[in-house]
Amino acid sequence: MISQFFVLSQRGDNIVFRDYRGEVQKGSAEIFFRKVKFWKEDGQEEAPPVFNLDGVNYFHVKVVGLFFVATTRVNVSPSLVLELLQRIARVIKDYLGILNEDSLRKNFVLVYELLDEVIDFGYVQTTSTEMLKSYVFNEPIVIDAARLQSLGPASIFMQGGKRMPGTAVTKSVVATEPGGRTREEIFVDIIEKISITFSSSGYILTSEIDGTIQMKSYLTGNPEIRVALNDDLGIGKDGRPTYDYRSSSGSGAVILDDCNFHESVHLDSFDTDKTLSLVPPDGEFTVMNYRMTQEFTPPFRINTLIEEAGALKAEVIIKVRAEFSSSITANTIMVLMPLPKYTSRASFELEPGAVGQTMDFKEANKRLEWGLKKIVGGSEHTLRAKLTFSQESHGNITKESGPVSMTFTIPMYNASRLQVKYLQIAKKSGTYNPYRWVRYVTQANSYVARI
Amino acid sequence: MAPPAQSQRSPSPSQPSGKGEVSDLKSQLRQLAGSRAPGIDDSKRELFKKVISYMTVGIDVSSLFGEMVMCSATSDIVLKKMCYLYVGNYAKVNPDLALLTINFLQRDCKDEDPMIRGLALRSLCSLRVANLVEYLVGPLGSGLKDNNNYVRTVAVMGVLKLYHISASTCVDADFPAMLKHSMLNDSDAQVVANCLSALQEIWSSEASSSEEASREREALLSKPVVYYFLNRIKEFSEWAQCLVLELVGKYVPLETSEIFDIMNLLEDRLQHANGAVVLATIKVFLQLTLSMTDVHQQVYERIKAPLLTLVSSGSPEQSYAVLSHLHLLVMRAPYIFSSDYKHFYCQYNEPSYVKKLKLEMLTAVANESNTYEIVTELCEYAANVDIPIARESIRAVGKIALQQYDVNAIVDRLLQFLEMEKDYVTAEALVLVKDLLRKYPQWSQDCIAVVGNISSKNVQEPKAKAALIWMLGEYSQDMHDAPYILESLIDNWEEEHSAEVRLHLLTAVMKCFFKRPPETQKALGAALAAGLADFHQDVHDRALFYYRLLQYNVSVAQRVVDPPKQAVSVFADTQSSEIKDRIFDEFNSLSVVYQKPSYMFTDKEHRGPFEFSDELGNLSIGAESTDTVVPAQRVEANDKDLLLSVSEKEESGGPSNNGSAYSAPSYDGSSVSAAASSQMLSELAISTVTGHASQSSLAIDDLLGLGLPVAPAPAPSPPLLKLNSKAVLDPGTFQQKWRQLPISSSQEYSVSPRGVAALTAPQTLLRHMQGHSIHCIASGGQSPNYKFFFFAQKAEESSTFLVECIINTSSAKAQIKIKADDQSASEAFSTLFQSALSEFGLP
Repeated sequence: MISQFFVLSQRGDNIVFRDYRGEVQKGSAEIFFRKVKFWKEDGQEEAPPVFNLDGVNYFHVKVVGLFFVATTRVNVSPSLVLELLQRIARVIKDYLGILNEDSLRKNFVLVYELLDEVIDFGYVQTTSTEMLKSYVFNEPIVIDAARLQSLGPASIFMQGGKRMPGTAVTKSVVATEPGGRTREEIFVDIIEKISITFSSSGYILTSEIDGTIQMKSYLTGNPEIRVALNDDLGIGKDGRPTYDYRSSSGSGAVILDDCNFHESVHLDSFDTDKTLSLVPPDGEFTVMNYRMTQEFTPPFRINTLIEEAGALKAEVIIKVRAEFSSSITANTIMVLMPLPKYTSRASFELEPGAVGQTMDFKEANKRLEWGLKKIVGGSEHTLRAKLTFSQESHGNITKESGPVSMTFTIPMYNASRLQVKYLQIAKKSGTYNPYRWVRYVTQANSYVARI
Repeated sequence: MAPPAQSQRSPSPSQPSGKGEVSDLKSQLRQLAGSRAPGIDDSKRELFKKVISYMTVGIDVSSLFGEMVMCSATSDIVLKKMCYLYVGNYAKVNPDLALLTINFLQRDCKDEDPMIRGLALRSLCSLRVANLVEYLVGPLGSGLKDNNNYVRTVAVMGVLKLYHISASTCVDADFPAMLKHSMLNDSDAQVVANCLSALQEIWSSEASSSEEASREREALLSKPVVYYFLNRIKEFSEWAQCLVLELVGKYVPLETSEIFDIMNLLEDRLQHANGAVVLATIKVFLQLTLSMTDVHQQVYERIKAPLLTLVSSGSPEQSYAVLSHLHLLVMRAPYIFSSDYKHFYCQYNEPSYVKKLKLEMLTAVANESNTYEIVTELCEYAANVDIPIARESIRAVGKIALQQYDVNAIVDRLLQFLEMEKDYVTAEALVLVKDLLRKYPQWSQDCIAVVGNISSKNVQEPKAKAALIWMLGEYSQDMHDAPYILESLIDNWEEEHSAEVRLHLLTAVMKCFFKRPPETQKALGAALAAGLADFHQDVHDRALFYYRLLQYNVSVAQRVVDPPKQAVSVFADTQSSEIKDRIFDEFNSLSVVYQKPSYMFTDKEHRGPFEFSDELGNLSIGAESTDTVVPAQRVEANDKDLLLSVSEKEESGGPSNNGSAYSAPSYDGSSVSAAASSQMLSELAISTVTGHASQSSLAIDDLLGLGLPVAPAPAPSPPLLKLNSKAVLDPGTFQQKWRQLPISSSQEYSVSPRGVAALTAPQTLLRHMQGHSIHCIASGGQSPNYKFFFFAQKAEESSTFLVECIINTSSAKAQIKIKADDQSASEAFSTLFQSALSEFGLP
């Protein structure tokens, strides 16, 4: 059971604060914020999501830059509380359409209403958006979504690093469209995060795809839905060693290592026709998470060359090649490379005609940063950087720099080849034909090339 | 960036700070209070919102209490809710004003709308004012019987709130009994779940003073109750499922078949997207199979994939919580995870608390087949920009080297670290080379050659410097410059700030002196002089001690300071196995994340609703006998005679075995039949376990008699004696009785090979004996010697039997001493004990 729940802004202001049991002192929010802000323990600079201070356990998750915090004195299940915090954030987002500091501040009374029903005396009652609908009476004050667009279409995928982003839908589940009627539509997003490590010779050391199928339904009357995946989908390793790249061919079946499902998903016919059937609850939720270590074609190849040019100079050449179809375009690409500590200056040279690229040498952490707005499939881009050192390198430049890492977002592309073949909605009438959106997106989680 | 000062003084313009605003609000509220104008509710809403927002940022708006209550006469539910929130927040500090709200809350409790009834009841119970409890009993009583499930869920939590305000009022009104009735009969799953939460809290806290509550609390773990919950588990929300699973994890099945029934029923919970459900299920699986080595191991194999999936999905915070649990399992049974090592590779963007766990896991799973790749990967991290992680990585390489037989390649890597010329890398590597030499002195030639090239000026960190000095002293014969390097270090005695380094310097120069007296004599003199003048007590004492030793007899001094050494075989584990077991028993709790048992970080009353065991001075008894290992140490301190010394336990983790208690028994031949039948059982279980088919429709009762082969027990004679399965005895009484009573029976039995095989840890036997109503009060020891103290009570009367049982697994003998209150019954008890023991190890 939890004792308190609160949301803090980046600056440490209370946005909402709910004390359920009165067992933890009132000043806990400030104590928490100070501790997290100035965390220094075991040589680590980042506070872990759970810590104990004077007998009080503090749990927090970061969502869109806000701290969602719970406290308790009891030895509870940490994954329960962290899962709950994440779920509370999601429920709030379902109601407000957009979750950020501004929307929270404008709707804090509604949020209190939600919190009262989600938790009673520290015990979770429900986190189902659908069930909560009947208990919550405030109308959400929808904030202007247009202002967010200026950050670029991919900005929603950039929130909070590794965190799986929500769908692009920023519509409240309770707000009605202008005109008083809701549009019948359903969104299915297949989001994949790639983790890959290339050795210095370009060989793949480890690779993994972590995927999730998210759904957000605005269908009235909650009709049953059938989601059909690839016919040749297989789950489990069937005795194969975990990392056996030889036995899986490039064009064969899609073999997932493992997956898990939302409670509402029925797997009765999954073994025979790879179909998930479910009655989608209101709001956003994860239908399925999956994990794959089968071999796949990495979307990008990175080549790095370091040439010494005298004792105090060197040249770095980074080549990035997009190995996907030319009909697909990756966006917001960032290539990062740590340089030797004694690097004092860097000057850059791009290939002729390059547009939408930025180069920077970050003095503070000695890092080269190369940003590209987009990369079209099949193309190759090169960056040359001339480095100047403040001391002799002793021929150790390769050991002191790298690895090169990359972040990107590729819409309408997924490396695993897992597909939603069709999305069937139980028909209410002949004319009932809601909008169905199936979208794919691939992001880098840890995309690293050693040099 | 400095933290913002008090949030009350926040610079945000939307947040007022003064008292002026509050008194403004007061007068505005007054104006609205009596008004019946149209649209009045909207104006009230705006004002209420302001009040709540002040409250949130910490401004004291309690002075508005009267006005808020006056304005609350409304039918607008949004307004009502805001008012309830306000009242709940301030009633405790304004008990007199709280009385004002009782009226309208009581009226609302009788409203037609179930929503209003529920809300009002919740607010009424949230006032937390002791002298108002009399007003709660009536509404709560009718709330529990309300025909609306929302009102009932609220009422159940209300009872718990009442209990916390006034336990006696709650108990006197007989609410616990009503909750129990609802728990077992209500049609709404959330009402049932809330009853369980409330009763667990109430009975746990009552149990210390009331026999009845203690019985009731144990009844929650009885078979009918547990099965009732299990059969309904799909009806519960995912959160309530966690609650039920936690309860099931405490249940001790009487028969093996039950274990498989429960696991089959819960199998699909492992595929749940909610990590909390999965971890709670895993806890059940692990706890149920503790005494079944093979199945327990298969559980590990089964849960691997779901855990890895949870680690890589969800937010970083969620995956950290799961990773901590995976870490615990990897440390317990590294060999099961040795082929999964690539999952524990660090990603460059992971927070360091995650990397740290992963490095420990990589170290643990390293074995002959994967060491090369793991060490290669770790060496990549040594050049990491994140220096603490780079250090950890080097330490990890060193630890792997110390675990392995074939250290050849690793030593080369370590020596390469020394050549990297990064200060912190050199420092860590030096410490490791020192430890390595203490274990493998045969490597000294190679290491010394490289270490000799390191200039002591480049080594600044005390630990590293101390390591270098130790090597200089230890290998001064082989290191040509040793006396001169030591001499120059002694010349800089004044600048050496670390006492640890100075202590090492004294010892090293002594050792050097014994081997190369002429070259070292001057340095030794200087060191002793400096040491005697040192302001640090320890340094001074050591110098004086050496000085006197030398004065007395040089060869004696050599025997004391530089005796021939034996290579260290195993470095002591930092955490004792008792602590680790204790953490394992607290799986799916904060203990796992903190890597500490709960008693180290939590007050007794907050250890969770399931920590039933700790009332008697931390010594667990009865249903919780798995916990006895740690308390055993405490008892030992009082009565050395009572328990085995546990000091040899540190000897775990030798190079060949991975220190796990879960390796499959290697017995064959004599126990073929038993092994085969247990094999059959587990295969059966696993074949159903691995299938992806949903078993949603299976309830336990249908599964009973599924046809699992039950191995025929060697038909023990029916016990003449009935024992109380819930016997309780506190350790003090046990010790007292043990001292006073004469030995009534002393025998030696043979333990069957199956029993020996199953006795991998004391806990396995404890659970088994508990099934026979024989409870353990303390245990200790490790293979091959175990010692247990058991007790049992007659069912009808409080006559107690005490047993001391020493089992040697290598000779397969058990020595039993029995003492009894009632001497005449001791023979019957002895027979019973023997038959119980003979069944141990049967699947």
